[in-house]
Parts: sequence; C-alpha cells; structure tokens
Amino acid sequence: MFKRISFTVNGKAFNYEVDVRESLLEVLRNRLGYTGAKKGCGVGECGACSVLIDGVPFDSCIYLAVWADGKQITTIEGVASKNGDLSDVQKAFVEEGAVQCGFCTPGLVLTTTALTESGKDYTREEIKRELSGHLCRCTGYQDILKAAEKSLEGHICTCVDSPHYKQQQAEKVEER
Amino acid sequence: MYDIKGYYEAETVNEAVALLAENPNLKIIAGGTDVLIKMHGGQLEEAELLSLRKIKSLETIRRAEDGSIAIGSMATFTRVFNDPILRETIPILTEAAISMGGPQIRNIATIGGNVCNGATSADSASSLFALNAQLKLQSQQGERLVPIREFYLGPGKVALKPGEILIEILISPADYEGFGGHYIKFAMREAMDIATLAVSAVCKLQDGKFEDVRLGLGVAGPTPLRCLEAEEYAKGKTVSLETLSEIGKLAVKSAKARTSWRASKEYREHLVEELTQRALKIAIVNAGGVELV
Repeated sequence: MFKRISFTVNGKAFNYEVDVRESLLEVLRNRLGYTGAKKGCGVGECGACSVLIDGVPFDSCIYLAVWADGKQITTIEGVASKNGDLSDVQKAFVEEGAVQCGFCTPGLVLTTTALTESGKDYTREEIKRELSGHLCRCTGYQDILKAAEKSLEGHICTCVDSPHYKQQQAEKVEER
Repeated sequence: MYDIKGYYEAETVNEAVALLAENPNLKIIAGGTDVLIKMHGGQLEEAELLSLRKIKSLETIRRAEDGSIAIGSMATFTRVFNDPILRETIPILTEAAISMGGPQIRNIATIGGNVCNGATSADSASSLFALNAQLKLQSQQGERLVPIREFYLGPGKVALKPGEILIEILISPADYEGFGGHYIKFAMREAMDIATLAVSAVCKLQDGKFEDVRLGLGVAGPTPLRCLEAEEYAKGKTVSLETLSEIGKLAVKSAKARTSWRASKEYREHLVEELTQRALKIAIVNAGGVELV
C-alpha cells in the first residue's frame, strides 16, 4: 500500500510515493540517501535517528513516513552551510571533543540546534533534560553537555535567584 | 519495515468512528510510541492501523464552562507539560508528563495513547487516578463517560468496547479545586525510564485536618490503583506524622505488588509505604498546610 506525500528535506522539496509500512528513517536513509540519521535501537530509546520535523526533534525510527506529509524535515546534512562551513553548534561539538564514533552525534547536534533556535533560556538542568533522549556509548556526556552549553552561550539561565532556577533545584531535591 | 497490512487515517472523530464501525479489527494508532514498538518487537503482527494523527480537534486542552479540565486524547506529553491551564490547576499531571520518556518521545506520545495502552506503569495514570478523571469514549452509537478506575481491567486490558475511541479526559472542579498534590516517579534513572513505582497524592485540608485524601499508585499492581482504605482512614484525621505513618501502612494493603525484574514485591511494598508519605508531605504544603518534619 503506497501513499503519495509531499515534504521537504533540508529545504529540498519531495513529492514521493511511500510505502505505509516504512518509517521516516527508512525513507530518509534507504530511498533518499540521507544517511546522517543513524539506525540504533529502532524503538525510540537511543535517539541516533533523531531528525527535526518542523523544527522539533523526533525519533524517525518510530515515525511513519506517511506522517511526514506537509512537514519540513531537517537532517544533519542540512545543518552545515551550503559551502560546507560547519554550524556554530557543530563547531562547538568539535571544539569540546564531544564527537567520538559519531553515531549519536547527528541527533545530539540536531537537538542542540533546536534548542538554540527556540529563543528560550535554559538552566543547566534543563539542557540535560533536553538531551536525555540521546544515548552516547563512547565519550561520556560531559563534553557533550559542554558543547551544548557553548552553543547556548548567552541563553543559559544561571541567575540563582530566579524563580525558574529555584523551581528546577526544588524539583531535583524532591525527586531524591 | 513495519508489519502493517492496512493503513487508514481519519480527519474527524466522526470519520474515525465510522471507519472503526466498518472494520472493528482496526488497531488505533495515536503517537505510535507503544504501537510501533510492539510491532518492532513482534508482539503485534499484520496490523491494520487507524491513525488519529490528523484529528486536530483532539489535541486541545481547555477549561470547560463548568470548570472541568478537558484534555484531548491526542495532546502530546510535551503539550501537557507546557500547558498553562494544567500547570496552574493540576501540576501533578504536568510533573507526570515531564517524567515520561525523553524529549523526542514526549513530542509525539499522547496522553490518550498512554491511558489506552493499559500499562500499570503509564506515567499519566496514577495522577489521573488520584484526580478521579473521567474518560469520554465515543463510538457510532454515541458518547459515554467512564471513570478511569473502571477503565483498567488488567495488564494491557482496558474497557474500550469495539468501535470506541477515547476522545477526552475530564477532571471536574470538585476533584482539583482546593487540593494540593505531588507526584513521585521512583525509577533507576532520571530519564528514559519506566517507573519502579509511581505515587500521586492529592489532599484537601481544613483546620489542620485532612478533609480529603486521594492516592494513586502505578506499578503497585497489575493496573494503576487507588488506596481506598488509606484514603478512608485519613478523612477527618489530624495532619501529623502519626497519621501519615498509618496512611503509608494502609496504602500497602491496597497494593498488589509483585516481583518483576525491576524490583521485588517486598521492595515495592516498602516503596509504597515510604513514598505515599513523602508525596503526601509535599501535597500537604501545596494544599496550604504546614511542613511536617
């Protein structure tokens, strides 16, 4: 059973017949050649397949391709500029040594990119929470967090007196 | 590729119930974070899916005229967490929402799917139990309301009749106004985890006494459950550590904990006793009471 859908990937328009059984990840990788999204666990746990759909991170392995109708999709291939210059987020990942085998990196860069484009301020706890849907088996998370914080420079809420920050801290204590 | 034999999508609730009436074998898919994972694992084969994703009307969260909070079944956990009405009126639900999965999962998983999947570990369920939520179900024959306590029949089994769709979750003002609450998800990690035990407590106070207490537990039995004996005991009792201690003991009586790979029966019972008291302590403060130390 096939269905014709229209969507864009990194700004490029597609009008495409997809099999209703296909995940967005399969269409991106196997049919369109966007292999930046990685297939990890296949059940939405590792985050390696994350792409941005209308600017919001989703696990493309548990997202049916037919749902992409009318959506704007961004994969890691669409993050660097056309002439190949790395984006600020990508540079931050390189500079902080947050890149090792590279399997988790596309997803982490995309989620961090979404955070930088949200226009919101984040506490460090919130950054951790926003990145919690990505598993990394090699670097450990410290350098990744540093890279995310570097990317969000100027948008990190550190004012310890803000109600926002206090609430975050209180929540943390309560959870323990 | 997923083992999907047929795929239908509806743009309105009426269209969906008509399709479902025609073909009662259709498996409803909302966000897909349970259905697709079951298909991936082979627990669900040759599925014929009916997608509700295009029904925008089911995504709304609103305050109805009578003050009831109405949450559309297709509201995602991200939407539930960020919703200003829910944050103000029933924060135990937004606390539950943010504890669920990771951001990418919360961006797509829906509260209706979470409830209809029938898991005792559903992160929204214990709070919805404590809030006496009513579920509005619709079929071609019309609508009916089912209290959430009657909805869970067993592990993965819910009271949806063939042809029915959960369209809205309702919480009446009598069940949240004047109440303070707190939700505790006890799990091994702080993200991407299934609860070892979940406790949702709400209470209403008057003159240093409990006017009303409701305790919802997740993973303390085959379905989410309420601690009715403890709740009954608490009514009219002075707010004190002694009362809380008794409530904790009585809560264990309502639990039907069992051993699983996540935790033993004894450990879960210990958690029920301890966490109901901890949750209530904070609920008391949120209800305008004093901090018990």
